[in-house]
Amino acid sequence: MLKLENVHVHGLAPVSFEVAGGECLAVQGPSGSGKTVLLRALADLDPAEGEISLDGTNRNSISGPEWRNKVRYAAAEPGWWGETPREHFATDRGLEKMIAALGLKTGQLDQSISRLSTGERQRMALVRALIDEPDILLLDEPTGALDVKATTQAEKLIKRHLKAGHAVILVSHDPEQVRRLADRKLVIRGGRVRIGRV
Amino acid sequence: MTQASYITLTYWDLAMAASLILINGGLSVAFRLGIERTLLIAAVRMAVQLMAVGFVLKFIFTQTSGLWTLGLGLCMVLFAAREAMARQTRRYKGWWAYGLGTGTLLFVGLLAILFGVGVIIGPDPWYTPRFVLPILGMVLGNTLNGISLGLETLTTSALRERAAIEARISLGATRFVAMSVTTRQALKTGMMPIINSMAATGIVALPGMMTGQILAGIDPVEATKYQVLITFLIAGGTALGVFLAVIGGARLLTDERHRLRLDRLENPAQ
Repeated sequence: MLKLENVHVHGLAPVSFEVAGGECLAVQGPSGSGKTVLLRALADLDPAEGEISLDGTNRNSISGPEWRNKVRYAAAEPGWWGETPREHFATDRGLEKMIAALGLKTGQLDQSISRLSTGERQRMALVRALIDEPDILLLDEPTGALDVKATTQAEKLIKRHLKAGHAVILVSHDPEQVRRLADRKLVIRGGRVRIGRV
Repeated sequence: MTQASYITLTYWDLAMAASLILINGGLSVAFRLGIERTLLIAAVRMAVQLMAVGFVLKFIFTQTSGLWTLGLGLCMVLFAAREAMARQTRRYKGWWAYGLGTGTLLFVGLLAILFGVGVIIGPDPWYTPRFVLPILGMVLGNTLNGISLGLETLTTSALRERAAIEARISLGATRFVAMSVTTRQALKTGMMPIINSMAATGIVALPGMMTGQILAGIDPVEATKYQVLITFLIAGGTALGVFLAVIGGARLLTDERHRLRLDRLENPAQ
């Protein structure tokens, strides 16, 4: 369980909430309202005051890399440091199956990243983020560049991650997607945070 | 060693050479380049600055005092550090903007003097300013060049590759792994000029110091030996300086929680 107590994120009133394993919390709000900033703070990518803990382990009691292996942030526009997608995955186990489940071809793993479309890169990045099964997955508009078919496939993968007992915090502009995936939603408006049912 | 005669220049000789600047000025007027004023100021500055340095060095050389040598050496380090910082498009905030360059140049300069002059050349006393100051100047000038290139590459490519670096951090990489591509690139860029110039030395260009010694009547082979020594000192100093500045700079761009901290750079608008 991820637990936040009075977390001060830039531009937002202090935030407190909990997300349990297997649960999906949607984050909604207008552009620039602070959704990404909140997710980045949870993954400890930016300094933020307040208590954040995972299953009773305080964020500051373990190293940054250890924390981010459990609480994983996947950016809306994924970054790449290698030539081909294959260099970017923590493990090969189940990689090709997951790639196929998202409608991608195995051969694309060894193609130059610059030759992949935005949607293909976004799907690669989704697999990259969840292949080593982080406890909490923070997804920033994971299907923003995908068509209907690919979106359905991606949601299937996210649901499978939830079923395995992991939690997902999802930023999405699509109310339909929120209804399909989320159990609760967190709405940011004018710097205030409200949590409610979907 | 054969000692040829040294020919002293008169101020009249310099005035004759200065007439060459008139050609530059004439070209500027003829082609309406509008640079004759800047050209004149630059030429006067060059002459005045060099003459002034000549008198300062003459004074310090006659003192042979460790204190005076140290004082002028420190001034050179501070000016070099300021220059290294001034060349950055995105500087570090606060004290570190100066601290990184000053610390690195001070360390490299001290090491080059202790090793190059103290151990290898070995004048008596070891701090003889005639040896210490020119060598310090050459080492600092080249190291400063490498440091500013290295740091500039580090900060600009960290800004450009931010998404890639943060992707690695998000996936659980330490700051050293996440910054490795950027750091390597910065180290390489910082060291390239000295490697290139070593390869071209003697074929494309005769180094200024060696030419100077030859004009002063030193046997060319002896002058060459000095040049090789200086070049090794410069190469070693530059490599060490670039390494220290880039690794230090990469540490400053990240924190102990292994986060990328581009907020520690100033905004270009400021």
